Amino acid sequence: MQLFFLLEQVVNGLVLGGYYLLIALGLSLIFSVGGIVNLAHGAFYALGAYAFVTLSGTFGFFGGVLVSPIVVALLGIAFERFILRRFYREDPILSLLVTFGLALVAEQAIRMIWGSAPLAASLPRELRGSVILGPLLFSKYRLMMLAVIAVLLAGVWVLLNRTSFGRVVRAGIQDPDMVAALGIRLQPYMTTVVMLGVGLAALGGAMFAPITTVHPAMGAEILTIAFVVVVIGGLGSFWGVVCAALLVGVVRGVTVFFVPAASEASMYALMLVVLLLRPRGLLGETIRKFES
Amino acid sequence: MTYTTRKSGLLTRRHALTLGTGAAAAAMLGAPVIVRAQSGPVKIGHLTPMTGFLGTLGGWAVEGASLAVEEINAGGGAGGRMLELMSEDSINPENGATKAQRMLEQDGADFLLGEISSATALAISEVAARNEKLFMAVGPRSDVLRGERCSRTMFCTDIPNTAMVNAVGTALKQQDDIAGKKFFTLTADYVFGHDLLSAAKAFFDRNDAELIGDELIATDVTDFSPFILKLRQANPDYVCLNLAGNQVTNFVKQYAEFGLPYPMIGFNLNTADAWAAGAGNLSGTWPTVWLHTLDTPESKAFVERFQAKYGKLPENHSWISYIAVQIMAKAIAETGSAATPDLIDYLESGAKFDVMKSRPAHFRAEDHQLIQEAYAFTVKDDGSYEDVHDMLELSATVPGAEEALESIYPSTEGGACKLSL
Repeated sequence: MQLFFLLEQVVNGLVLGGYYLLIALGLSLIFSVGGIVNLAHGAFYALGAYAFVTLSGTFGFFGGVLVSPIVVALLGIAFERFILRRFYREDPILSLLVTFGLALVAEQAIRMIWGSAPLAASLPRELRGSVILGPLLFSKYRLMMLAVIAVLLAGVWVLLNRTSFGRVVRAGIQDPDMVAALGIRLQPYMTTVVMLGVGLAALGGAMFAPITTVHPAMGAEILTIAFVVVVIGGLGSFWGVVCAALLVGVVRGVTVFFVPAASEASMYALMLVVLLLRPRGLLGETIRKFES
Repeated sequence: MTYTTRKSGLLTRRHALTLGTGAAAAAMLGAPVIVRAQSGPVKIGHLTPMTGFLGTLGGWAVEGASLAVEEINAGGGAGGRMLELMSEDSINPENGATKAQRMLEQDGADFLLGEISSATALAISEVAARNEKLFMAVGPRSDVLRGERCSRTMFCTDIPNTAMVNAVGTALKQQDDIAGKKFFTLTADYVFGHDLLSAAKAFFDRNDAELIGDELIATDVTDFSPFILKLRQANPDYVCLNLAGNQVTNFVKQYAEFGLPYPMIGFNLNTADAWAAGAGNLSGTWPTVWLHTLDTPESKAFVERFQAKYGKLPENHSWISYIAVQIMAKAIAETGSAATPDLIDYLESGAKFDVMKSRPAHFRAEDHQLIQEAYAFTVKDDGSYEDVHDMLELSATVPGAEEALESIYPSTEGGACKLSL
C-alpha cells in the first residue's frame, strides 16, 4: 500500500514536472540563443492565464486554451522586436534590469486591466474527476495535460534537431558570428525562438488557470521554480531541462510523502546538491560564446 | 548603510557635533508640527498585505477603508476633524513592523489600523505597544491575538478562530450527527493556521469526532495534488480546511479537479477566495463575519454605495475595514480626541456600534475583542446559480437570537489575556 502510494506521488510529480517544463524550456531557449535571462518570462505565463479566462468566455474552454497562447506569442514577437533585440550584445546586467522592470510593469498592467482580485476559472464538468488504476489515482485533466506537453515537447525537439531552422538556431547558440559570416541573419530566428518560448509559457498559464489561483503575482510565483529547473538542468541543454523539470516534480512529490513540511525546500536542496556535483547542471553544455 | 560604514573613519568630532546640532534642531522643528497635528487631519496608518498569499485580499480592505474615510470626510469628518488614510502594503511581519514604526515616527500617524495576516499583526502590535499608540487589528483572526499575545493598545474587529469554528460547527451539527465521524484537516503552516487547528481540535473533542490526519502546509504552496492523494489514502468522512488566502482557492480548484467524494468543510474562508475558486469548484459549509447578501437595510445600503463607487460587490474584508474606520471615527467624535489613552478608554467602555447586523457590537474590555454576530454559509449546488457572486447562501446567524453574543467567542475566564502587561 505504502509502495503504491509512493508510486502515485512519483507519477503525480512527473505531471507537475511537465508543467514546470513548459515555463522552463522557453526560459532556457531564450537564454541559450540570445544570452538573455528573461525575468519577464513569468509575466507571459500570467498573461496566458488571464487571456485564457477572458477568451474562454467567448471561445469556450478549448478555444481559450488554444487561442490564448497564440495571442500572447504575438505579444512575444513585439517583445523581441522592440525590446530584447537591443540587448543581445550588451552587458547582461542591462537585459536583466529591463526584463525585471518589464515583469513589474506587466504585473501592474494586469492589476489595472483585470483588477487585483483573482479571476474565477473552472474546468468544464466533463474534464473533472480521476482515473483509477487499481490502487492508483490520477487526475484526468493532469493526464491530458501531460499528453499535450509530451506532444509539444516532441515537436520542439524535432524543430530544433531535425530541421534546417533548428540547425541555424543551434549554430547560433554556439557561434553567432560564424552564422553571420555564412550570410544568415539570426534575427528572424531569434524572433521565432522568443515567440515559441513565450507561447509555451502562456500555454502553461492557460492550462493551469482552471486549477490554480489566477492572480496578478502568479508569474512571479512560478518564475523562481522555472529558474531552479533551468539551473539544475544546465544551460543550453534541451534534455537537461526536461530531466530537471521531471526530477524537481518527482523530488517534491516524494518529499511530501515523507516530510510534508520540506516539500518547498526540497527543490532548493536538490539544486544545491546538483550544483556541488556538477557546476554546469545535469547536462549543461559549454556554450562557446559565453566562455570568453 | 555601506556608505556611512566606509566613510566612518572620516567622521571627525566636528562632524559629530554638527550632526548633533542638526538633530536637536530637527527635534525643535518637530515640536510645532505635533501641536498643529492636533487640530489638523487625523492620520490613520493603514497597513494591509497587497502582495503574497494574502495579497489578493488587501485590495478589498483598502477599498472598504477608503470608502469609509471618503464618506466620513464628506459628512464633515470625525468630530469635525478630517481623516487622512495612509495605506501601504505590509508585505510580511518584518516589513509590516518597520513600516508601522515609520508611520508612527515620521509620518505622524495618530494610530494604526488594518492587517489580515495574524503573524504580521503580532509584529505591528509590538510596535504599537512600544510607541503607546492604538492598533486596530482589522482582519487577523488568530485566537492568540485575543489571548496570550493580546495587548492594551490593540483591538480586534474580525471574528477570532474559535468563533469561526463555532459558527461552522453549529451549522454542521444541524445537518449531520458528527459524533464518531472522521475528519482530515489541512492547515496553513503559520500562527493563524496552528491556532485554528487547536480550536478545531477542541471542537472535535467536544463532539466526539475523530481527527484522523492533519497536514501543515506552507503558505507558498500552490500545488495541492500530493495532499489530495494523501486524503484519498486516509479516506475521511470530511475534509476540513484551515487554510488561508490563495491556499484556499488553489486547494478548492484542485480538489474539484480530482473529484474526490469526501464532503468539504472549512473553518476559514474569505468571500474573495470563494469567488476566485470559480463556479462548480467550492462546496460545503463555511464561516464568515459578513456576506453581501446579509438582509438588513444598513448592509444593503452599504453594498449599494460600494457598488456605486467601485462597480463590484464588496468582500468581507471591505466590509470589516469599512466598519473599523467607522468605529474609530465614532470614537474620535465621542471623545473629541485622537489620543490613544482616550480612545482606549472609550472603546473599553462598552460603547455600542452599529455594524449593519441585527444586534449592535461592542468591544469586550477583558480582551479587546469586538463582540458581534457571525454567520455560516453554504455553497449552492453546481448549476443552480448563474454567477459566482450568487454561489453563496447565508445559512445561520450564530449565536441564535436567544443566545448571548459572547457565547461563540473564546472565554476570557482565567484566560491567557492580561491587558495590564
